[in-house]
Amino acid sequence: MDVTLKIRRYNPEVSEDVRWEEHTVSMQPTDKVLDALHKVKWEIDGSLTFRRSCAHGVCGSDAMRINGRNRLACKTLVKDVNPDQPVSIEPIKGLPVLKDLVVDMEPFFDAYRSMLPFLVTTGNEPTRERLQSQQDRDRFDDTTKCILCAACTTSCPVYWTDGQYFGPQAIVGAHRFIFDSRDEGTDQRLEILNDKEGVWRCRTTFNCTEACPRGIEVTKAIQEVKRALIFRR
Amino acid sequence: MASTPAGTLYRGREGMWSWVAHRITGVLIFFFLFVHVIDTAMVRVSPEAYNAAIGAYQNPIVGLIEVGLVAAVLFHAFNGLRVVLVDFWSQGPRYHRQLSWAVVGLWAALMLPFMWRHLGNVFGGGH
Repeated sequence: MDVTLKIRRYNPEVSEDVRWEEHTVSMQPTDKVLDALHKVKWEIDGSLTFRRSCAHGVCGSDAMRINGRNRLACKTLVKDVNPDQPVSIEPIKGLPVLKDLVVDMEPFFDAYRSMLPFLVTTGNEPTRERLQSQQDRDRFDDTTKCILCAACTTSCPVYWTDGQYFGPQAIVGAHRFIFDSRDEGTDQRLEILNDKEGVWRCRTTFNCTEACPRGIEVTKAIQEVKRALIFRR
Repeated sequence: MASTPAGTLYRGREGMWSWVAHRITGVLIFFFLFVHVIDTAMVRVSPEAYNAAIGAYQNPIVGLIEVGLVAAVLFHAFNGLRVVLVDFWSQGPRYHRQLSWAVVGLWAALMLPFMWRHLGNVFGGGH
């Protein structure tokens, strides 16, 4: 079948203007949108720029806005994006666009780093593993699935307009440790998230939950952090 | 420094649009309260001034605006309760979509009889 991709192009080295470019490629219905982008790049226009690495939904490199919604191009099949119409492909929103579909991810990673996304402990190291019951492990299982693709954070209307908000992903990253029974940095992280630009900026639009390619219930995680802040002590 | 050009509209679902509608109805209600404070304050000027202010509302155009006011208040109230459930009920985030449609359903169920009666009063001679 023939699929028309309507791709948003931007190259500041040539022009500050953004333009939409259409390419029609022949694809199988079960091909991925990423395959279609590859076909454009490899056979039609080599200057098309996008990120991708594993191409199998694990590395989180190719989050982009497909038909107006944040998706991983490598997990989205051509038959699922209404291929009878031109399929619009844009960079994710809210981060500075560097070129075509590539955005500057640094602000996003900065927010994640500020959550102390590592195990915080005190006292002597145990000689063996830090044991945990299955039940305690299950408490934060959902938020361990995050691949840092930024689909959630850049689907958030608050993040688009408020450059200070940590964004959904950073809160997911914090949630993973806040509810980990082995971790001792909970109070530190809750204090960071109790900020004006922390969890309280969430307006529960659920765009993040809907956008997550890993099926993480992002808004639910944010709400759990909010409730932990309200009911702690 | 690369600029961030405006993109197309993000295609959010129930959650995003109920948030948009909540904001719009909130602003509309704020403007109503602004006018309402002024017209009620007329009673401090004189009873006649108050009656004149309220009398100015007795026409079909304001009658239609009142439909919009009730629509905005009802939506804002029910959606506010939905937001409370999403915030404080542990299963709220999971059922937010169903809650959104419940809000729309309740809103429609109350708007229809209200419009029937209110528009009957406005356009039917006021009895």
